[in-house]
Amino acid sequence: MAAELLRESFQVQGRNFDKAGEISSEIKVILRDLGIDASCLRRVVIVAFEAEMNVVMYADRGTLTLILTDKDISLEVKDEGPGIPDIELAMQEGYSTASDEMREMGFGFGMGLSNMKKNSDDFCLESEVGKGTSVFARVLLDSHA
Amino acid sequence: MTLAEIKDLLKCKVLAGEEDLAVDISQVVASDGMSEILAFAKSKELMITGLTNIQSIRTADIAGVSAVLYCRGKQPDKKVIEFAKQKRIPVLVTDMVMFDICGILYNKGLKGVS
Repeated sequence: MAAELLRESFQVQGRNFDKAGEISSEIKVILRDLGIDASCLRRVVIVAFEAEMNVVMYADRGTLTLILTDKDISLEVKDEGPGIPDIELAMQEGYSTASDEMREMGFGFGMGLSNMKKNSDDFCLESEVGKGTSVFARVLLDSHA
Repeated sequence: MTLAEIKDLLKCKVLAGEEDLAVDISQVVASDGMSEILAFAKSKELMITGLTNIQSIRTADIAGVSAVLYCRGKQPDKKVIEFAKQKRIPVLVTDMVMFDICGILYNKGLKGVS
């Protein structure tokens, strides 16, 4: 069993585009100050940023939890939102349900979920339509993918 | 090629990071889609985009690029420039369009990331 070294939760406000990304920036600073390897840090913050943007774009609110152990870094993201009816379709690169407003922000080109998966060693997405979506992503500390 | 050389080549105005133009650039990532930047940037690239909102700098910071170049003469808000300064990310703007910028930099030996 890996020893848990840090666990911190952040509240994500849905539809607040001005603040979108602030939590991921904060996570970057926390992990950098802890001396986490640059490649691992990069993968974690990309997953965090894409996840945070998804909550901001689609959900009413969400919680992003950062968990650091001596072996890995995990992100758990749970939102209260519309949910995803077809997860397999949503995971396909290029598929998007984004609005014009989201695209004007530079997001919603159907790459967010696949970016998250690509940068994770373990990735799991569960969703219930009308309730919300949960994402779990894990990045190993010694992986250099 | 240094950022200072790129600045001269593309007739850029420097909006942030005038003191950091000695940074060496060998690779470029160019897109208006921020997830595209996040998917391809490996770190230390020049990021070229037409998107001038706060998310462009946020993406630059998360992706770990060395500098941001706005094309088509698009001017970001003051708060975007202030944010870039806070993150120590140099920001340049040129009147050229993205296609021309990429062509010129490619001819000078810079490569894209894929």
